[in-house]
Parts: sequence; structure tokens; C-alpha cells
Amino acid sequence: MTPGKEEKTLAVTEGGGYLPGTHPDLPPPSSVHGPIHWIRVNLFGSVTDTALTLLAVYFLYSAITFLAGWMFINAAFTGESRNDCRAVADGACWAFIGNRLSLFIYGFYPEPERWRVDLSFVLLILAIVPVLYEDMPQRGKGLAYSCLYPLIAAWLLVGGFGLEKVSTDQFGGLMLNVVIGVTGIAFSLPIGIVLALGRQSQLPIVRILCVSFIEIIRGVPLITLLFVAAVMLSYFVPPGTDFDLLVRMLIMVTLFASGYMAEVIRGGLQAIPNGQYEAADAMGLKYWQSMRLVVLPQALKISIPGIVNTFIALYKDTTLVIVIGRLDILGIGNSSLADTKWQGLSTEVYIFVALFFFFSCFSMSRYSLWLEKKLHTGH
Amino acid sequence: MRIIISLFAAFFMASAANAGTLEDVKKRGVLNCIVNTGLPGFSYTDKTGRWKGFDADMCRSLAAAVVGDGEKVKFIPATGKTRFTLLNSKEGDVIFRNTTWTFVRDVDVKLTFLPTTYYDGQGFIIRKSKGVKSAKELDGATVCIQTGTTTELNLADFFRANKISYKPVPIESNEEARKNYLADRCDTYTTDASGLAATRATFDKPGDHMILPEIISKEPLGPVVRHGDDQWADIVRWTVYALIAAEQHGITAGNVDKMAMDKSNPNVSRMLGSEGNLGGMLGLDKEWAKRVIKAQGNYAEIFERNVGLKTPVGLSRGLNALYTKGGLQYSPPFR
Repeated sequence: MTPGKEEKTLAVTEGGGYLPGTHPDLPPPSSVHGPIHWIRVNLFGSVTDTALTLLAVYFLYSAITFLAGWMFINAAFTGESRNDCRAVADGACWAFIGNRLSLFIYGFYPEPERWRVDLSFVLLILAIVPVLYEDMPQRGKGLAYSCLYPLIAAWLLVGGFGLEKVSTDQFGGLMLNVVIGVTGIAFSLPIGIVLALGRQSQLPIVRILCVSFIEIIRGVPLITLLFVAAVMLSYFVPPGTDFDLLVRMLIMVTLFASGYMAEVIRGGLQAIPNGQYEAADAMGLKYWQSMRLVVLPQALKISIPGIVNTFIALYKDTTLVIVIGRLDILGIGNSSLADTKWQGLSTEVYIFVALFFFFSCFSMSRYSLWLEKKLHTGH
Repeated sequence: MRIIISLFAAFFMASAANAGTLEDVKKRGVLNCIVNTGLPGFSYTDKTGRWKGFDADMCRSLAAAVVGDGEKVKFIPATGKTRFTLLNSKEGDVIFRNTTWTFVRDVDVKLTFLPTTYYDGQGFIIRKSKGVKSAKELDGATVCIQTGTTTELNLADFFRANKISYKPVPIESNEEARKNYLADRCDTYTTDASGLAATRATFDKPGDHMILPEIISKEPLGPVVRHGDDQWADIVRWTVYALIAAEQHGITAGNVDKMAMDKSNPNVSRMLGSEGNLGGMLGLDKEWAKRVIKAQGNYAEIFERNVGLKTPVGLSRGLNALYTKGGLQYSPPFR
């Protein structure tokens, strides 16, 4: 009902008052309603509450003023060394991050070729969209492109076929984290699904293979696997063949994540009631059909939190590349901190790296929440 | 079956092919050099991602000798735990990463240690306001110490030998130590004296802190190669000696061409290849040493540019002076 309509029905007396029974409803008095009431009841309801509130306000105030002062108000944003920063302000020295930004992003990637990294980042985003949004128009074509994307990105980043070759040991910084993280995430999910199904298979050989693979991978820390990739594998390839270290590393990270992924998905599979399997069989679906059409869509939906959890863990594990002598965003930070011009700014570096990881991981977790809500078709 | 046999053959060939690093490097055209992930003055990256520092320059000198171009180096950053693994898996050809030469590493881990490029020793840094003048007065002190290093063992030995007690504060990295020390969570921080000097240089008030006079251990730091490739070890060894001898004979990056023409000093002529063929005996060419010196300068130039008194690290030559000036740097004759 609009307010204008209501006015027409009001009967007003000559003195400006209302006839009995026609007075409009007034809002409740502010003492029992609204923000002031809420504050009084919830924050100052008793002596203890009041004390706790004041204490919390005091802590928040001092923390926020300190942080804001350190991070923004007293911070130096330009300069060519730590001393330049200190001359201007005694807070954070963001000039350091600015000074090294391209190193943080591209690592040792040759400067004239860096557009290729930029381009593959942009193409990556375009490749992710069709995977994430089901309602996208022309999604089929988009998905085909997404499947081709790893090849395109590999060609762009490594070169060959018309592009200048860039050795993978020049990869570094944020780009290296993204390359490893995205590869691991993209390949570990399908491998994990196959492993999870294999573990439940009725064929003993398939089952034993899958179970032993999963158990071995999960029984060994990632850092050990990376050492194996760096050290042992070179004994098994003929001398002279250069089996790229980064590729070995990518394989190990993917296998590692697949092992965990398989167990997460198995959890989902086990939550599907037997009736669903039987119903699929009763409809005459073959094994793969019933998996694809009936079981997996439900199982994956249940496993979303676990899957994203594994993705996030994998993404953060990419900083372990230091064991094979590659500098990721964190490693670049450490090697830059040893420059005497900038030494002693570790807090700034750690905050910067933390923000990068937080941003990446938080977006993953928000997406998974959105997806869970969208797929929530249960009771 | 054939695949299996060829795999086995490959396996044994890989194990047998321990020699021949020189051929590998020449064929590759790039020297793979293992350096620290970040140590002020010794190895760090600048704005453009170029590796700099004392150790990085030594890598370039070696590359100049072997590949012919001081820029043909692939730097492999390694932590204390991964350096030997990376060397043994042949990811790297040589380690220039402040590695202490010890009996166990030399004999039991089967590495070949080459001439010491930097003589270091473990020291203590402390606030002047604490009023401590000697490490022997540190009874009951809390000490920040990097775990898993030789310094940890040296510290225990020193306090036991002097019958005094301490409380260790275990930490992981130099940067963390710096933070803990400045926050006064430990009375003193102990590591190699060069590291202490470099760390102190970054304090807001370096003058308030002092490095105690006691140096409680010997830390000879130098290049390391795989055991069993003597030719390669010789090349690295004599590259380091060429840098030291060049300082002794006054050969610098600037005057090396002129010195090579001047035949008045037979020692210099032999080294620079204008007389005889010492380079050929190493499996290199005559002018190898000339290129070494031209690439990054002689030992003194490398030292002063990276860690010398005019740099923020501010180290004096001390033990690293030439033997003629009271130090330990000594090159056997080039003949």
C-alpha cells in the first residue's frame, strides 16, 4: 500500500486531531526499537557488557589507528631505498614493493616477452568463465576453448613455433605460483574423480592400483615428492635428455593433489544412498552413464567444500618450489630483501604476499559458497 | 623388454657419467651455479632480477673461464637444506653459497671443497646498553640462533667450554633473527660475523649495537663441486686462485689487456696466457684467466664492490687480505 492512498482514508477532525480509531499506527518509540535500542541492549546491557564493550572499542581503536598509521598515513610510497623511505616516514615502506613489482609478478621472465605472460593471464580468465558459469551463452564453445587453454598457455609461456623460446627456469614470482596452482587444480580434479571411482571398482586390479597410489601419495609429504622430482627422476631418464624440472614439478604437484582429491570425492560418493545406484541401474544405464548422469553430479555437489579446500591447500603449497631452486613470489621477496638497499622490510613483503594469497584463496572460497547455494536442491 | 634394457643402460650410464662436467657446461653454453636465496652482500636480486653479490660475481668469473662469457650463468637459488641435493642431482655444476668446509661434508658427504673465498667466523651482536664487553660474560643470556646450522653446535660448544649457561631462542632465518633481536626477545644474536655486520647495517641506530670481539668458530666459505670430477675441480680451484693471484700482481679488470701484452713479469705472462699454455692443461684455452679477471675484476675488486668497507655491509678484509698483508688469501704459483 502506498502512503498516498492511506492518507485519503484518514478522517481528520477540524481541530487537526483524529477521530477515535482512525489514528495511524506510529512507529515504536526509539527506546524499544532501532539502532539505539539495539546498542543499549546488546552492548551496554549490564555492567560487564559495558566494560567489555569499552575495552573492545579501545582495542579496536588502538589497533586500527596503529595499522592505518603504519600502513597508510605514515607510509612511504616512493623512494629508491629503505633510507629514502625512512627519510619521509617511519611507517611501512611500500616503495620497496613498487620498486620490485615487476620482479614479484614475472620473476626472471625476459622483459620484452612479458606481454605473453599478460596475455595468458587474460586468456586464463576467459577460460575460467565458461567453467564457472553454467548459464553462459554458447557455453559449449567456451568449454572447448577452456580445454584447449592449457596448450595455448604452454605455447605462449614457453614459446617455440614462431615465438621466442623462454626457458622455464626464467619463470618466477606470482606467475610461477599461478602456473603451478592452475595446472594442479585443473588436472587434479579429473584424475581425482577417476581414482575415487577406481577405488570403489569391483575389479580387483583397478582397485588395488588406485588404493596403493592414493595411500602412497598421501603417506608422503609434498616436499619429499618434490625432492624426488628434482633428484631421483634424473636417474631414470637417459643422460643428456633434459626433462624439464618445472614439468616434473607440475606432475608431482598434480599427482599429490589428485590423491587428496580422490579421497574427498570418495567421501561424496559414499554419501549417495545405494538407492540412487540401483535406480540408475534399473533405468538400464551403463556404468559410465550412471556415474555421469546420476551419481557424480550428486557426489560432486556434496564434495564442493572439500574440493575447494584441497584447491586452496594446493595453491598455498606452490611456495614449496624453493626446494627445486625456483623463486616464487615469496622467494623473490626473500632474495630482494637481501639487497642492502632494502634490507629489513620483511613485514611489507609478507603482508604483500599474504594479500596476494588471501585474495586468490578468498575468491575461490566465495565462488564455492555461491555454487553450493546455487546447487542446493535438497530438502 | 628393449625399453627396460635401455632404461637400465641409461641408469648406469647416468651413474657412471660423474666425470665430464666441463663437457656438459661447454655443450650447454651456460654455467649452472647454486647460490644463496638471499644473503646481503653475497647473493641477492636487484630491481631487474639480476643476481648480484660476492658469490654471484664468483659464478660469473667461472663462467667467463669456461663458457667464455661472464653473463652465461643460470643461477639456482638454494636453501641450506637443498644445496647439496641440487649439486648431486646435477641441477647445478658448482655451489657458491657461503658453504662451510667441514670434515664431515668433505669426507662423509663426499663433496669436493675448493679454495676458501671468504674466511668467516661466528660472532655475537649485542646492545651496547647491556654493558657486556666479552662473550664470556654472557652467562644466562637468551641467544637467538638459527636452527640446523653449524652455528648452533658451535654455540653449545663455546658455552660448555666456558662453563656458562644460555637460553636458546630458535629461529629459522636471518630476517626473523633480526626482528626478534630488535624486539629484545633475545639479548644477543649469533651467526657468521659477516652476516652480523650486514644485519647491523640495516638497524635504524647501528651505533647502539656492538659485535663482541670473540669469534668462536672457523667458517671457511668456498665453492663446492661433486666428488670425483678432478678436472672440473681443478678448473674451479684455479679460477679462484687466478682471482687471488691477480690481486697480488696488481692485475685488474681495467688493466688486464695491457698486463697481458707486457711480458716483464713471467708469472703474469704465464697466467694470462701470453707465455706457455696453462689453460690447455685445464681443458680450456690460453686466455681463460684473462677472461676471468676481465669479467668481474680480481679478488679485491669483487670483495670491495660487494661487501667492502664502502658498501653498507662494511666488512674489512681481515683474514681475507692477501698473505702479504697479514691475511690468509694465498695462491700457489702459476707455473
